[in-house]
Amino acid sequence: MVNMDFVNAIILLLNYIFVPALAYGSQLALGAIFVTLIYGILRFANFATGDMMSFGTMFVILFTWYFQTVGISLGVFPTALLAIPFAIIFMVGYMLIIDKFVFKYYRTKKSPPVQLAMVSIGVMFVTQAVVRIIIGPSDRRFFDGEKFLIKAGEFKEMTGLNEGLAIKSTQVITIIVTLILVSTLFWFLNKTKTGKSMRAYSDNEDLALLSGIDPKKIVMTTWIIAGILATIGGALYGLDKSFKPFTYFNNMLPIFAAAIVGGIGNPFGAFLGGYVIAFSEILLTYAYRKFFMYVLPESMEPDGLIQLLSTDYKFAVSFSILVIVLLYRPSGIFKGKVL
Amino acid sequence: MRKNLNVIAAYSIMMGLIILVGIFQSWNIALSIFNLCLISAVMTMGANIQWGYAGLINFGIMGFTALGGLAAVLISVDPVQEAWSAGGSNILFSLFLIIAMVLAVRYILKNYKKSKNRTYIVAAIIILGIVIIRFISEPGIEAIENVEPAKTGFLGGLGLPIIFSWVVGAFFAGGLAFVIGKVALGLRADYLAIATLLISEIVIAIIKHEDWLTRGVKNVIGLKRPAPYEVNLQQTDWFINLVEKFNSSKLNLISDLTERQTALNQLVIEGSSVFVKLCYSGLFLVVVIILLILTQKALYSPWGRMMRAIRDNEEAANAMGKNVVKQHLLIFILGSAIVGIAGAMLVTQDGLFTPGSYRPLRYTFLIWVMVIVGGSGNNFGAILGGFVVWFLWIEAAPIGLYLVNLTTAGLDDTHFLKVHLIESVPYFRFLMMGVGLLVIMRYRPKGILPEKIEIK
Repeated sequence: MVNMDFVNAIILLLNYIFVPALAYGSQLALGAIFVTLIYGILRFANFATGDMMSFGTMFVILFTWYFQTVGISLGVFPTALLAIPFAIIFMVGYMLIIDKFVFKYYRTKKSPPVQLAMVSIGVMFVTQAVVRIIIGPSDRRFFDGEKFLIKAGEFKEMTGLNEGLAIKSTQVITIIVTLILVSTLFWFLNKTKTGKSMRAYSDNEDLALLSGIDPKKIVMTTWIIAGILATIGGALYGLDKSFKPFTYFNNMLPIFAAAIVGGIGNPFGAFLGGYVIAFSEILLTYAYRKFFMYVLPESMEPDGLIQLLSTDYKFAVSFSILVIVLLYRPSGIFKGKVL
Repeated sequence: MRKNLNVIAAYSIMMGLIILVGIFQSWNIALSIFNLCLISAVMTMGANIQWGYAGLINFGIMGFTALGGLAAVLISVDPVQEAWSAGGSNILFSLFLIIAMVLAVRYILKNYKKSKNRTYIVAAIIILGIVIIRFISEPGIEAIENVEPAKTGFLGGLGLPIIFSWVVGAFFAGGLAFVIGKVALGLRADYLAIATLLISEIVIAIIKHEDWLTRGVKNVIGLKRPAPYEVNLQQTDWFINLVEKFNSSKLNLISDLTERQTALNQLVIEGSSVFVKLCYSGLFLVVVIILLILTQKALYSPWGRMMRAIRDNEEAANAMGKNVVKQHLLIFILGSAIVGIAGAMLVTQDGLFTPGSYRPLRYTFLIWVMVIVGGSGNNFGAILGGFVVWFLWIEAAPIGLYLVNLTTAGLDDTHFLKVHLIESVPYFRFLMMGVGLLVIMRYRPKGILPEKIEIK
């Protein structure tokens, strides 16, 4: 019986902490790589991150609606997966337009990064306005298809345990898509010529220019990759939770934290940083009462919720990690740019 | 006189616009725009000190504004005696423990060399301290929140006139700025921006969540006022006489006595709210003028010259023997304190404290748009930015509606595009702000009124 309790406790943690954190972490990781690429290659903190993600997601939703009215669907998979490639085209187009009309001027003038960050706030306002004018500020769900891979009830029946393990299909899709996308990205950065020149440009701009790397091509590739990451990251978050422009704007904060924790300018660090932030947010704000009820003998059962922090303080978690990392390892866990 | 011509022209145009609103819309709207312009001006002065004088990015303006608002609540609300007796001692003891914890950590950091053990001990003290504080404060908080939850459920304040809170709000914000500055000012500029943005979110999270302090999202309403109440004014003789005098020409046209009386009553009701708003305007104007004089004096003092030297070339200033870290901390505290004053003023004017309304877009990024548009480094510019941007922010909806109607004039009134666009008119203000910021940064990077350094 004690043994059973232990298994129950593990399932509980898997269900409420591990699986959600893995999915949330993947979503943050994609955003963080986006931030870190822009920072490493274009050299500014992009405050329009969250809104660019919501812009891409908006197109995913619009195409999903279109496909739904036409009657195209992917069966058990959400239609949004089909819409993503089309949305990416629009998103990349938008980013290249913004770059051409806004950022390019400051880049060629070699303005300080602070000024570019300010400009990105202007872009943030504009993007936010466009998203709200086109699709409105309200909460939207655009998920269709099979909702659960494993339902809590079925799992209980199957195993005879008290605790159910529910795995949403969106969580699995998020994790698989992230893994595919991120491994392709790392392959691209490490093995292809363009990827290598991007890294060289990020490392030392002058040296890279000296060895004949075309900066225009690098910048364009960066925006294209950024567009892909922003759209997919945003769409996965929206599928898993829901789409609301204001939430996306706020997601900018944990994404920034993830990028900095992982060492800004270092894509692999950003990838892991996403998971660090997601796991610590969920671990610290989860109420462990039930877990202890399983693990501890009855006489020692806790009265309270055993919650370290209320869920309202999830920003506080990402920020505290950020401060600790910045105080002890200013370049992030994995060496990014030394600041 | 000549060289200040653009300043005078810009301000006259601005005042003219507000007066036009008064004539065409109503004096009530004009005055409420004017009052919020003044508050925005105080905020921009705070941000301008940090950005324009010293080049520090502070994206935590929202947090300092909220702290100012918190001060207004804690100063003006009458203390809730029951709550104090129910859980006051626990809270005070927890406060004492927090201070003890901070002192202990400080002591260890000062007296022991940097080592792994020291890090572990500090971490242990903090974790243990948090656990103990939670354990002690929890029953107190619960008891306080159970005292008439619908009406109070919090400790209340000191019951002093709300005007004191403007000073206290400055101290609150300055205190937080000191802590942030100690931790984050060593970072590079854009890191500081991200760090302050996160901190301001945490401040809001705390204010929203800690119900025993400010009732959280249940809001505190009916704060005391430094100005008279409309209802009282409407029954005072001297005020009615004043209104009668002002409108005598209009009233004399009406011969019927009862009709005249109802017209007068209507005028008194309108007049009373205008009068109250004027009182606020006066108070705010005094603050703005005092701050303007102080900041102008500071800008042209040796200290101001030093700050500009640090901003333009940190290393050179450091080599000249100026303590860059200390000056940055000082200016960060000063600027944030000014923002704190503005936060308290804002809550004073509204008469209510709603933690849920603090959003970074409105209280951080909009203020930054004001500073950049107005002219960073120039106090007159920053104030003008506050006026222009706030005016546009409010009037963007009518302007947007007009534009939508103009461009879609050919379409049917029920056409889906027209209906959709009219529904989304409120969001045109974001577009306006964004485009405005981008245009100004591109073609007039120093703002409408650029920084001018006169060597006297």
